[in-house]
Parts: sequence; structure tokens; C-alpha cells
Amino acid sequence: MDIDLITNILFATFKTGTPLILIALGEMVCEKSGVLNLGQEGMLLVGAVVGFIAASVTGNYFLATFCAIFAGMGMAFLFGYLSITLASNQVATGLALTIFGGGLSAFLGTNYIGIGLEGIQVWSVPLLSDIPVIGKVLFQHDPLVYLTLTLFALVFWVFRSTRLGLKIRAVGENPEAANAIGINVQQIRFMAVLFGGAMTGLAGAYLSLVYTPMWSDGMSAGRGWIALSLVVFASWKAERILLGAYLFGFASILHLVLQGTRFEVPPNIMAMLPYVATIIVLVWLSSDAIKTKMSAPKSIGQPYRPLA
Amino acid sequence: MPAQESTMRLHLSGIRKEYPGCLANDDIELLVNAGETHALLGENGAGKSTLMKIIYGVIKPDAGKIVWQGEAIQMNGPAHARQLGIGMVFQHFSLFETLTVAENIALSLPAEESRDMEALSKRIREISTHYGMALDPDRHVHTLSVGAQQRVEIVRCLLQDIKLLILDEPTSVLTPQEVRELFRTLKTLAAEGCSILFISHKLDEVTELCNAATVLRNGRVTGRCNPQDVSSEDLARMMVGEDTPLNQNYQKAEGGETALSLNNLSFAPEDPFGVTLNNLNLKVKAGEILGIAGVAGNGQDELCALLSGEEITRADSIELLGQNIGAMSPDQRRRLGFAFVPEERLGRGAVPNMSLVENTLLSSSHRDLKANGWINYRKVREFARDIIEKYNVKCANEYAQAKSLSGGNLQKFIIGREIEQQPKLLVCSHPTWGVDIGAAILIRHALIQLRDEGAAIIVVSEDIDELYQISDRIGAICDGQLSPVKPTQEVGIETLGQWMAGQFGHDSANPSAVESAHA
Repeated sequence: MDIDLITNILFATFKTGTPLILIALGEMVCEKSGVLNLGQEGMLLVGAVVGFIAASVTGNYFLATFCAIFAGMGMAFLFGYLSITLASNQVATGLALTIFGGGLSAFLGTNYIGIGLEGIQVWSVPLLSDIPVIGKVLFQHDPLVYLTLTLFALVFWVFRSTRLGLKIRAVGENPEAANAIGINVQQIRFMAVLFGGAMTGLAGAYLSLVYTPMWSDGMSAGRGWIALSLVVFASWKAERILLGAYLFGFASILHLVLQGTRFEVPPNIMAMLPYVATIIVLVWLSSDAIKTKMSAPKSIGQPYRPLA
Repeated sequence: MPAQESTMRLHLSGIRKEYPGCLANDDIELLVNAGETHALLGENGAGKSTLMKIIYGVIKPDAGKIVWQGEAIQMNGPAHARQLGIGMVFQHFSLFETLTVAENIALSLPAEESRDMEALSKRIREISTHYGMALDPDRHVHTLSVGAQQRVEIVRCLLQDIKLLILDEPTSVLTPQEVRELFRTLKTLAAEGCSILFISHKLDEVTELCNAATVLRNGRVTGRCNPQDVSSEDLARMMVGEDTPLNQNYQKAEGGETALSLNNLSFAPEDPFGVTLNNLNLKVKAGEILGIAGVAGNGQDELCALLSGEEITRADSIELLGQNIGAMSPDQRRRLGFAFVPEERLGRGAVPNMSLVENTLLSSSHRDLKANGWINYRKVREFARDIIEKYNVKCANEYAQAKSLSGGNLQKFIIGREIEQQPKLLVCSHPTWGVDIGAAILIRHALIQLRDEGAAIIVVSEDIDELYQISDRIGAICDGQLSPVKPTQEVGIETLGQWMAGQFGHDSANPSAVESAHA
């Protein structure tokens, strides 16, 4: 393998990992507050189609990205209203959201199938992007890749050293106790769900405006589900989500590249590689049962209603 | 009640709170003065906890007036209460186990006070030292003992400018030594002018600590007094009403044939914090109650688990009515006439989310409640109803969830369920822990009755008074070893104390020799 190939693989790793990181970080915040949102796939599709339509109509990618974010938040609001305000079952509501999102996105996108867009352009970091290999791998991306890393840093910092992070963890561990010391449980949970929606909406924009600048039905291809399991395998830790997502991206690209070589392994087996590799590494990382238990939100999936 | 406006800290009047099917508080008046340690007495279900939650703003009253430091207020939730200087230590702690002590405390403080965690840790250290409560701010809460967790709750309240501290049955989870430490802290606090509202049904504690008391029964105030001026009997009388007999001396029984014997029972726990049991030998006779005293964590849990079949051991080390049961499953043992009342009611004694009917079936599925593999729900339901009626279990109906019952009522139900199976051997762990006087009397009475019907009973308890009252023979467990077991009348409280501390060597060999040497 020559150096160009390696550069390209690493470059593509960042691209493939980015939407997973966005979705998984959003879901992590949501789950940390005690809400399991299984509607990621639906929110993702709606984000993608709304972003694409907005870009096609206005030609303004900045605006289109925001439209996708708001679409994700709209879906999250629906989920939050049902599962938090009305305290419905989170699993059922989440699954319904996924099905609803799939249908809604197909409906909205009917007239946009097959249209191509230029997509959001690469934004090279001045000077740094000229460094050989590293420049191409790290500093010649579209703005959303950098934004994703910034958002990762933000989430990491919030949970590591802010009061807000403490509040979210407290609400997710023991909502009754959180209420007793005066934390507004419903409010924190709702904000977390909305944040998750915004992140997934952004990931949707990434898919339809950067990754493959077009719209097709079900183009999310299960990324919402992969991100959901990534959160669990990463033991609700932002840095492991980052690692897991890039690892998954790397393995996905690797298997495409290897298929093009003389490598004699059945392609179906190769297609499993990203999943197997990610699971093995993250399971190995989370083998300390006590530490894993410490970071798992205890009240996840349990609706909370304050006493009358 | 004549009180100066200036010394009056909290004045509730006409407080009413109704739940579906239950009037929890009815026209309640409560007056707490500055620096006063005020006991709120009452049995389980008397409405104490509801009233506390109203004061702390967790629930809103249907009617009534709250006057705080001379000003009528509307309480808008716990945050508001804390602002006013009201702090509460719940019976079930409201701590976050995965956070550190400092983080837990930071969460309950206003944002500006918790920004600098270094400074906060220092303040926590200062305050905990000042009030004699050792605390390490950096420890994770899940690594702390129950007593230490309670200290976190209290320090959390003390960090704010506290004027009224509410404690909901604070001593029910503490060892006697921890209780003494807590009382020292509370006395310091009261001396500094903080009012304390102390909920309990342990009268000796109230007498020791409090200088005012309000007694509730069935949601109404039934008495006010200064515990320093009245006897414990008077207090108890106000709590339970005129018609309940308070103290009863039961006849001691001799017992008959050996029902259960432990033969060199040993156990090495997998849990690193468990206690190793060493060659326990014990015989329990049919028709006697054998009491086992001891400080918590000395092997009681392990012994109970071995007896119930939750832990399995060598078959011949436990013998029930001539059969080696050491290796049998809990269900097999129950079929032989074994019954068990565990220490934890919710989760081990009963499934919290299941109804009483379903919980009835849980431990009595081998009884005559099934036919051809089908559950006969009519019979199960009748059985559950019988238990509820006979043991005076207060609940909405037999389909109420186990977790909706108060601790005492659930315990009556569990004890009833086990006793009504007419066991040959009943093992009870802490049968009246956290249970009010009326329920405790009922439970003890039921145990005595079962004994008189010829069952062997083992009672493991930390309540020494209770053990003296109902046990025919008594012993103690310390560090996984059993003391000698002797008829209760022959064991003085001093001796039992020594046994509980693990000193049972020479005394048991030849007590008369020791006594003559002293003489």
C-alpha cells in the first residue's frame, strides 16, 4: 500500500465517523438524563431530507444546515412531549418516531429523488493543510467535520467539569432525588432530548449535503441504530464514542479498499468487519464492570412524573 | 399555645391533604419555635411523612396555612424551601451514588457557591469537623456506609443558612454508636439556634433529644407535650390510642423435639465484603423462639441466606426435621415446611411492582393454590384477603402494589403470608425493623402464637428489647461466630453485650466457676 492510499483511507475515516459521532453524542446526552430515544433513525432521515430540500430551494447551505437542525429538534420535541410531558413509554414512543420519520421523509422527499447537489465544500485550514499526509487527513475537510470535533469537546467538557453536566447525570441516576433538591427534572430531560434532536438533525444534513449530496429514501442506512448501540458499547463516555465511531469508519473504509485488492475473503465476512472490530474494542475497554456500571444512567427508560 | 411571634419559626394550621381513598392530613396544626427540637410522633401511615413533604414543598396541601418566621407563604417546591432555610434528610436518601460527596453537595447549592469545587471541599471538611461528622468530599457516595451517606445529607443541609432541619426517621438505618454521634451533632445544631423537626417512633430517642412533641394518629393531631415532662408510656398511648395493649410479658416456652440443627456450618462468601462463617453449631427446638442478637454485618445476612437456600452448602450441615437440606433450593426447603421473612421487604420479601395477590403466590406456590398446572386465582385472592384482614394490613385492596404499602403494613403482610403457611420452621430477620408500635405488637403476638402451635422460630434482630421479650433462648453472632445459646432469663444484658462483642470464651465454659472466683 502506498502513502496516498493510506492518506485516503484515513481521510475517509473522518468522513464516515462524523455522522455517527454527532448522533451518538446527542443520544448520550439524552440517555445520561434518563431518556432512551430510539427514534434516532427517524430524526436522522427527517433532518437529511429537510436539509436537502432547503439547500435545493435556496442554494444556501448554511441556512439548509440550520433547517436540518431545526427539523431534528422538531422531531425531538414531539418525542419529548410524548415521553416526558405525557410520560409515555420511551421505547414504544422512540420506535414510533423512527417509523414516522421514515414515512415523513419519504413523503417530503418524493420530488427530490435523483437531483444532485454540489454539496458543502471543503474548507482547508490555512497553512496546516499544506503539511504532507497530515494536512490532507486532518485539515482538508468540510466545516461540519471541524464542528463535530468542537461539539465533542463541548460535550466532554460539560460532563467533566460543569454543574450542568452534574445536573444531567443526577437526573438520569435518580430523578426523585434530583427533584427533591430542587432540580427541574422535566426541564433538564426536555433540553437533553432537544439537544439530541439537534445533533441528529445536523448528522442528517451531513449525510444529504456532504457525504452523498443527494436524497434517496432510507439513505441513513441504519446509522441511527449503529449510533444507538455505539453509545452503550462506549459506556456513555464521549471520548469512547469518538474512538468507536472513527474505528467503525476506518473499518468500513478498509473493507471497501480490501475488496478492490486480491484479498481472498468472502465479501460478506468482510462487511462484518466494522461491526466486529468496534464491538471487540469497546467491549474490551468496558470490561471493568464496576466502572461501566458507574457511568450507566440508572433511571434510563423510566418516565418521571413529579408528585402532585 | 402561647408563643412570641419572634421565637416562632414555623406555624402550620389547618393543613389538609387527601389522596384517593385516604385522608393523609386533616386539619393539622404544628408549631415549631427557634432552637427547638420538635418530635413528630406517630405510627406508620399516621401522616408524618406527608406533613414533612408539605413543609419541604415536595407536595402541595389541599388546604391550610403555612407561616414561616411570621410571614404567611406559599411553598413552591423544594428549591423554595431551601431558599427559606429549610433542609430535609429523607428516610430513603436522595443522593446520587455515582457522584462524589462534593458533587452531590454542589448540586444542592446555588450555582455561585458551587463553582469553585476546591473551596467547596474545604467548606465541607470544615463543617463536618465542626459538627463531629467525618466526611471525605472526594469519595464516591456508593462506597460510603449508610451512616456516612446520612452524614452527607446532613452536611448538605448545613452548608446553607439553615433554620429548620427535618429528619425523617434518621436513626432507623444507624448503629447505636452512629445514633449517639448523630445526637451529639443535632444537639450542637439546636444550641446554635437551628430548629429541628425529628420524625421517629422510637420513644427513648425522642425523650433523650426533643423538648417538644406533636403526636399524629390517622392524619390528625392527637396530642402535644414536652417529652421531658411525660413518660414514654404516655407518649406511646397518644400514638396508638387507648385500646392497644402496649407491653406484654409472654410466657417463656421450653420447646420439644429438635427441629433444626446446624452441624459445623461454614461458609466462605464470594463477596469480598461478606463475612466468613466458622463452624456454626446450633439446635432449635419445635415450639421455641430462638433469638440471635448482633450488630449488623457480623454474619447475619450470610446465615439467613444459608438457611433460606439462597446460598447452598454441604447437605448435612443443615438438618431440618431429620432431613439434610443444606444443598436444597429455597423451593424444596419450603416444601418441607420452611418459611422465611427476609430483612429487605421490597425486592426480597415482596416484588415492589406486583400486587399483594401476586406476592402471596410467590412464596406459597407449593400450597394448595394450583390445580393441573393452572393457578387458582380465586383461592390466591382469598388467601391474600385473609392475610390482609387477619394481620390488619392497611392497603387500598388486595390488588394494591406491594410498594404502595408503608413499611409496617408490608411487613405485617409478609409475616402473615409466611405464618399462614403454617411452617415448621420460620426464620425472621429483623421482624419489626422500622415498624411502628402497633404493628410491632401485632407481629410479636403472631410469632408467639405460631410458637405455641409448635413451630420452631429463629429471630435475628438488632433490637435487644424485642429479643428479650419474645425469645425463649438467646444467643449472639459476632464476626461469623455464634455465642453460646442459653435460656433468656439466664442471660443478663451485660453478658449479651459481651457476646455481641465476640467475648464468649471463658464465660460459657463454666459460669459458676467464674462467679465463685469473684465471690
